[in-house]
Parts: sequence; structure tokens; C-alpha cells
Amino acid sequence: MPEPLTPPNGRTASEAIGNAGAGGTMDFAASEAVSIGLATAPTARARSLWSDAWHDLRRNPVFIVSALLIVFLVVIAIWPQLIATGNPLACDINKSLLGPAPGHPFGFDTQGCDVYTRTVYGARASVTVGVCATAGAALLGGVLGGFAGFFGGWWDALLSRVSDIFFGIPIILGGLVFLSVVTNATVWPVVGFIVLLGWPQIARIARGAVITAKQNDYVQAARALGAGPIRMLLRHIAPNAVAPVIVVATIALGTYISLEATLSFLGVGLKPPTVSWGIDISSASTQIRNAPHMLLWPAAALSVTVLAFIMLGDAVRDALDPKLR
Amino acid sequence: MDTLLDVRDLHVEFRTRDGVAKAVNGVNYSVNAGETLAVLGESGSGKSVTAQAIMGILDSPPGHITQGKIFFQGADLLSLHREARRQVRGAKMAMIFQDALSALNPVLSVGDQLGEMYVVHRGMSRKDARARAVELMDRVRIPAAKERVGDYPHQFSGGMRQRIMIAMAMALEPDLIIADEPTTALDVTVQAQVMELLAELQREMRMGLILITHDLGVVADVADRIAVMYAGRIVETAPVHEIYKAPAHPYTKGLLESIPRLDLKGKELYAIKGLPPSLINIPPGCAFNPRCPMAQEVCRTDVPPLYKVSQTRASACHFWKECLGD
Repeated sequence: MPEPLTPPNGRTASEAIGNAGAGGTMDFAASEAVSIGLATAPTARARSLWSDAWHDLRRNPVFIVSALLIVFLVVIAIWPQLIATGNPLACDINKSLLGPAPGHPFGFDTQGCDVYTRTVYGARASVTVGVCATAGAALLGGVLGGFAGFFGGWWDALLSRVSDIFFGIPIILGGLVFLSVVTNATVWPVVGFIVLLGWPQIARIARGAVITAKQNDYVQAARALGAGPIRMLLRHIAPNAVAPVIVVATIALGTYISLEATLSFLGVGLKPPTVSWGIDISSASTQIRNAPHMLLWPAAALSVTVLAFIMLGDAVRDALDPKLR
Repeated sequence: MDTLLDVRDLHVEFRTRDGVAKAVNGVNYSVNAGETLAVLGESGSGKSVTAQAIMGILDSPPGHITQGKIFFQGADLLSLHREARRQVRGAKMAMIFQDALSALNPVLSVGDQLGEMYVVHRGMSRKDARARAVELMDRVRIPAAKERVGDYPHQFSGGMRQRIMIAMAMALEPDLIIADEPTTALDVTVQAQVMELLAELQREMRMGLILITHDLGVVADVADRIAVMYAGRIVETAPVHEIYKAPAHPYTKGLLESIPRLDLKGKELYAIKGLPPSLINIPPGCAFNPRCPMAQEVCRTDVPPLYKVSQTRASACHFWKECLGD
């Protein structure tokens, strides 16, 4: 493009044609083109996969909505007193099954406990189980799957068969068997059980991602320039294989929360006095005709929570791995 | 001259599901300090596999070195312990890959990757390594090195990326560089610049250079000697100018005649008939015999040894005299 690059002193040439106005606009175009040309090189921001992903995420309404919901949920899980002043375990049997009343917008359950307070306090169990189980499964599955993919051979064969065994366990049946013998009423047996059955899924993804990354030329190049196996794995393979693991883990988080609710509903997950949406849904299920509000609120809270995490997972997947879209 | 690298009777095979592919079948070559050896051949001729065996980055399994020795600065690399071998890579010998975009890690900035050489081999701090990375980028003439050291590989043009690859290989001033088709992925205008840079740095540091290529044009300008490979064997070695003047192997001759020439414009382009043999099923006798215009009965039965053509030349053809003659 020779024209826009005419230096400002090109004016004399255009004036010679006798059209000062045209010369002026050309000069403007010229200086603009030059300044753009100069500006692009140094101001082009260094963009890595992560900053690219963040750039995409910030503009994705699905991400913003789900992230806000999740932030709200986490805050509520940590400090339920912020929006619920009552005590979820302080119940008045006289108010059993009563509908909404002033100060008790969601009504009362069979025991006369405030449904609103219990719904708010229920977030803690769900979020704790979801986050801890996901972290555990991602860590265990990521590390085992990553090593299997990297080293291959008998270690890979062994791990694949072991994960096949875990895949073969029906999750609800497994939960009924394993958790019915547990008397501990905290969230940890449930977390442990979900990690135990959840890691093979993540291990498979991690294994595949590591095998793909391992075949890249830059891993070979790193090796040719003297990198050892640990450095190759941690610095060249892991950062290029972690994206699919994060995606699967984020989506799994939502399903883990609903799994906790399912197990609690069946009476083998969390147990009273722990407050859980699953337990509340379970006790509401017998009273659907008399007191539908008992079922509505914890079920709605559960659905919204699971939806938020799955939407977040979708948004993260779109940002990190556009090919999967 | 002191011999830097001496490959003797190297055999490499790949044990695959379809059978054993004999990728390298008795390769001999040597490189002196400061010398450029061009290894020429079609895809699948074993030139890259030989290089990987020298570097010690052969994928194993399925690749196995079944025979031979690789002497580097007097020591047999194949008998070195794995860790000792790793320390040779990068510091004493380095490799430049064909496609710099895929040979650079996309999630690390080029400064990190260049600096890594110093962190791994010299135990430098990240900050010092960064400063050295900028120096290196300057040295391979990347404009505004200081501003661009934090950029990622995809932000550079193809030529610039190959320069960074070269900078990485040169970082620790190795004695031997293996460049595996360093200019194949670049467009012609940039090819010459990159080759020039490589040749210049090589002269400066008096390194041995093994240039793997199938581009005869690149070879003529920079190589001292040529080794032509076919089906895992060296079929001809000679100083570069002699081979262009009078090839002593019909395969080399075919390669040279396949170059488009301006004075033959309009005529049909010459091509060697047939395809390179399957490495799982190499024909008996001379591997080139099914495609060779000069093939006789003896070529189908006897594997030709490397005949000494002159003090500096050798050819693995039973009829090298006839080939040289016409």
C-alpha cells in the first residue's frame, strides 16, 4: 500500500495537483496508518492459553451468571448467618408443615424447622462435598492418569485395568453398600466415596491428554536439548495437558453435588444432624400433597447449584478447548 | 582434522505390529569439527532416524539400535549411562527441528524456553537466564529482542521462530548441531536467511553441523560433504562439488536430474521411477535395483559394498565406474 505510507511532506505533491483538500485527507490517512503500524508491534499483548481463555470467559454471559451464582453459594456456605439468622436445628413441632409465615418465608417442615434457614445452611454440605470430592478426584486421577500416559507400559496397563474395575461399580449400588456401613455423620465418608468412584474418569482424560501432549515436537525438542523426564512432564507436558482435566473436573463438580444429594436422599449419604438438601428432599417426599413448599425450596436450591456448576464447566470448556464446542 | 562424531555400522529397527521395519542398515559417517555434512535422501530413507539415534531421542519402543557404535569426541555414546547421555544433549550436541512452531512449547514464552537451557544445564537463576535469553535473541537477529522476550511462539513469524529454535540449539555453544530439515517449513525468501545465519554461527563457533535435507539447493551452498542415503544405507559420499559434477551412484544421479532446470523449460520433469521400498520388506541385493536404470543381474542378488571411488569418495554401486563415466 504505497499511498497511505506517503510521509506528511507528500503534501507538496498533492498541492501541486491543485487539490489542497484531498491532500489534507491523504495526510491524515497517512499519519494514521503510520501510527497504527508503529503501535501494533510493541502493544500486541503477550497472550498465553490462559490469558486467552480468561479473555473469552470475561465476555461470556453464561460464565458471568454461573460465576456470580457460585460466588454467592460459596459465601453462603461459609457464612450462612449472613442471610439466615435462625438456627436450622431449632425446631418447633407445633409449627409442623405450616406454610409461609412472617419471618419464615419458605414455611416449616415436618419437624417444625424453618425451611428457609435449612435451605440456606444446606449449601454448606453441598459445596463442601462438591469442591472436596472434585479436588480429590482431580488430584488422584490427574496424577495417576498423567503418570500412566507418560510412562506407558505395564504401569499404564495396570492403571487402565484398575480404573475399568472402578468404572464397573454402579455408583448408586456402590454407595448403598459402602456408605451403609459407615456411622460417621460428617461429609468426609461421602467425599471419600465420590473420590474413589470419580477418579478413573479423570484419570482417563488425563492419560489421553498426556499421551497427546507427549507426541508433540516440543517435548521431543526439550529432550533433544537435555531436559530430564521430570522436567519434561512438569514443564512441557502437564501445562499442555491440564486444560481437558480442568474442563472435566468442573463439569463433574455439578454431578458430584447431585450425587451427594441422591445418596443423602437414599439415607446413606449425609445423616442428620448435618443439614443437607438431599435429606430435606427425602423427608419432604412423603409430604408432597400436604406441604409442597417443603420439597420446592431445597430442590430448587439443588437444581440451581448443579446447573451453575455445569454451566461454569461448559463455559470453561468453550474457553479452554474451542475444538470441543 | 579431529573427528568429532563417528558413526560406525549403525543399525536401527522399529518393531511394529506389521513386522520389523529396518530403518537404518549399517550407516557409517563421520563429521569433523567445523565441518558441514549434508545427509540427503527421500522421506523414509533413514536420515532422521540416524539423527535421533545419535541424539539419543529415538522412541524406544518401538525403535531399537541393534548394532553399531556412535563415537562422539572419542566416547561411545551408546555405552554411556542414561543420565550422562542426557547431560551431553543440549550442552555438547543439540538439534534443530523442522517445524519450529510445533517444536516450541505453546504455553511458555520464548524467553522462558531459551532461559531454560541455562537453568537446566548451568543452574542459573531465572533472572540471569532471562538476560541471556535476550542476548541470544539478539545474536540470531530478532528485532526488539528485549521487548519480545516475553512473547509466545505463535506471535512470531515462521522465520523468527526458526531463529529462536537455532538460538536454543546454540545456547550452550555445543560442538555438534544436527539440523533436521531446518528450512523445509519456511518460505523460500526466508530459507536463505536462516541458512546463512546457521552457517555463520557455525563458522563462528567452529561447530560440526549435520544438515539433514532433501533440498539439493540448500546443500550446494553450505555443505562441505554429502552423504546420500537410500533405504537406511549410505549409497554415496563425496565432497559437495564433486557430487554435483559427476555422481557415482545412479540414485544420486536421479536426484540431481529431478531438479527443475531453466534450460529444460517446457520439457517433462524427470522423476525417479517407482517408490522407495517398504522398510519392512527391503528388496534383496541393492535396495535401489527395482528403480535403477542400470540394474543388472548382480544387483538383484548381491548387496553392493561401499566401493572406494577416490580418496574422498565412496559409492555403493556395482557399476559406479559406468555411472561416473557417462
